[in-house]
Amino acid sequence: MSKLSYTKALNRALGDALAEDPAVFVLGEDIGAGLAGPTLGLLERFGPGRVVDTPLSEQAFTGMAVGAALAGRRPVIEFQIPALLFLVFEQLVNQAHKFSLMTGGQTGVPLTCLVPGSGSRDGWAGQHSDHPYSLFAHAGVKTVVPATPTDAYGLLLSAVRDPDPVVVFAPAAVLGVRENVTWELAPVPLGSARVHRAGTDVTVVAVGHLVHDALAVAEELAGEISVEVLDPRTLHPFDWAALAASLERTGRLVVIDDSNRSCGIGAEILATAAEEMRLIAPPRRITRPDGAVLPFARDLDRALQPGREQLRHTVRSVVKNPWR
Amino acid sequence: MTDRQFLHLASTESRYRMLRLIRGFEQLALGLVKSGVITGGIHPYIGQEAVAVGVCAALRPQDRITSTHRGHGHVLAKGADPGRLLAELCGRVDGLNQGRGGSMHAADLSLGILGANGIVGAGAPIAVGAAWAARQAGEDRVVVSFFGDGALNQGVLLESLNLAAMWQLPVLFVCENNGYATTLPAATAVAGSGTGRAAAFGIPAVEVDGMDTEAVREATELAVRRAREGGGPAFLECRTYRFEGHHTMERRMKLRYRSAEEIEHWRTRDPLERAGAALTDGRRTAIDTAVDAELAEAERFALASDHPDPAGACDHLYADGLRPRAGAVA
Repeated sequence: MSKLSYTKALNRALGDALAEDPAVFVLGEDIGAGLAGPTLGLLERFGPGRVVDTPLSEQAFTGMAVGAALAGRRPVIEFQIPALLFLVFEQLVNQAHKFSLMTGGQTGVPLTCLVPGSGSRDGWAGQHSDHPYSLFAHAGVKTVVPATPTDAYGLLLSAVRDPDPVVVFAPAAVLGVRENVTWELAPVPLGSARVHRAGTDVTVVAVGHLVHDALAVAEELAGEISVEVLDPRTLHPFDWAALAASLERTGRLVVIDDSNRSCGIGAEILATAAEEMRLIAPPRRITRPDGAVLPFARDLDRALQPGREQLRHTVRSVVKNPWR
Repeated sequence: MTDRQFLHLASTESRYRMLRLIRGFEQLALGLVKSGVITGGIHPYIGQEAVAVGVCAALRPQDRITSTHRGHGHVLAKGADPGRLLAELCGRVDGLNQGRGGSMHAADLSLGILGANGIVGAGAPIAVGAAWAARQAGEDRVVVSFFGDGALNQGVLLESLNLAAMWQLPVLFVCENNGYATTLPAATAVAGSGTGRAAAFGIPAVEVDGMDTEAVREATELAVRRAREGGGPAFLECRTYRFEGHHTMERRMKLRYRSAEEIEHWRTRDPLERAGAALTDGRRTAIDTAVDAELAEAERFALASDHPDPAGACDHLYADGLRPRAGAVA
C-alpha cells in the first residue's frame, strides 16, 4: 500500500500516456520545469520532442495542438490557470470540437486539456479563481472533474486515449489530497459516475473537490439522515442513468457545484431530474452566485463558494421540510 | 472525373485549366445561390484564382493547406473533386463533408486540405501544428496557411508567426491581400505592412503580384524549397482583388464601398486572361470546352445527390460516436 497524491496521479497518467503511445505529446507554459506539478520530470524522461515548452501564446499553441491532432498526433495541453481557457475558447470550442461534425466525420481532434489548479486558490483573486467547467459541458466538449487521486489518474488516461477533445479540470482544493492505493491504477471510462457512499434519504451530487465536503457532511449527519454521495466525475457526457438509479433509492436531490448558478451544471442536473426522474421533494442546488467574480480577501472568497454549512442546511431542509 | 496530370498543375496549360475550372465553378455556384439551391450564400473567389493555382502548383500531394471562408479556389487547386465540392455547397450527402460543412468548412483530409475556416486567422496556428507534427515525424511535408488581409490584425496570426519562426517550421504563410476585409479597406486597417509584420519575426517576406499565376508559383517554389531544406517559414503577400462582393448577400444589399472604376481597373488584370493569352486560341477553346463539360458533370452529380436524412443531424458530432441527448425538437 502506498500514498498517492492527486498531483502525482496526474503525473503518472501523463507519464504512462506518453510511454504507451508515441503520438502523445504534452505542451504548455512552464511544463519543462514542471511548475504546476503534473509534468514534473517528464522532459528529462521523454525529451523536448514530446514535452514542448511553449511561449506565452495560448491561442497559437492551442491552435497548433489542433493542427498537430489533424496530422495524427495526440496533444495534451496543460493550462496553468483556468482563466486561460477563456482566451482559447475559439480554438477549443469553435475549432477542435467542431471539426468532427463539420468534416462529416473525416477526422476527430484527439486533444486533451489539463487544468490543474482550477477554482479558488486562496488569494489568487478575480482572474485566477474561476472554475469554468460548465461552459465546456454547455458547448458539448467532453468535460471531466476528478475528485480523487485514483480517479484523476484513470480519467486523465481515458481523456488522452479519447478520439475527441476533452478538458480535465483538476480543482485546486484537491491537488493535495492523498489516497491509500492498494490496487493497480486503471483507466476510468468517461461518462461513468461513482457512488462514494450509499444512502436512502437524499442524493447529494457533488462535483470535484466538493465530493470530499459532501462525504464529510454525510458522515456528520449519519445518525440523522442517510445521505448518498454521487460523484458524476464526467460532466459531459453525464451519467444520467447513475443519477436516475440513485434517485430511485432516495427520491430527493441536492447538487453542490462550484460553478456559477445561472446555466451552471447544477441547473442542468436539477432540470433533468425534474423532467425525467423520480423526486419526492423539490431538488435544490448550492453554487457560486450568478456571475460571480471571486474577491481577493479570504473571507469574501469563501463567502461566494459552496460549502459544508450550506450543504448541511440544505440537506436537512430537503429531507425534513421539502416544501419549506 | 478528374485528371491527375492536370491536378499536379505541372504545366502552364494545366494551370490555365485550373484557373478556368475555379472561375467556372464559382460562376456555377453563383447561379445556384441565385436560384436558391445553395443556401447561406458563398464568398466568391473570382479574381483571386492566380493565388490558389500559383501556390498549389508548387506543392506536392502530401503537402497540406489550411484555407479561409473564401476557400473554393484553394480546395479545387489542391485537388478536390469539383462535383463533390459543389455537392457540399448544396448540402448533399455526396459532398466532401456529407453536407455537414458547406462552403465555409469544405475539407478533404485525404488531400491534405485541413479545412476552409469561418474564423479569420484561425487556420494559421493549425498550419503551424500540422507542420510541427510533420517535422517531428521526419516527413517531408510543407503546410500552407492561406489567409486574407483581415487576418493581419488577428493576434493569433502574429502568435503563429512567432511559433513558426522560433521553431523554424516548414510553413508558408500566404496573405491574399484583396484590399478589403469585408468592406473595410486594408489601407485604413493595416498599420505598417503585412510583409513588415513577418519580417519583425525574422521570417523572409515578399510581395507578389497576386494576379499573375506564374509569379505566385515562382515565389512559392522558392519558399517551399527553402522550407523543405529546413530553412523555416516564409511569408508571401499576394496583391489581388475580388471582382465580386465579399459575400453573395452583397448583391441584394447593393453595398457601395468600391468604385466601379476600381473594379474595372482590376478586371483589366484578370489572371484568367493573362494565363489564357499564353495559349493558342485553339488550345484555349479546347480546354474551355473540356472544363465546361466537367462542370456540367459536376452540377449533374451534385444535384443528383440526396439531401441528408434529418435523423442523422447529429451524426459525426463526436469521433467516438457519442450520441448527445435530444434537444426540445428532436
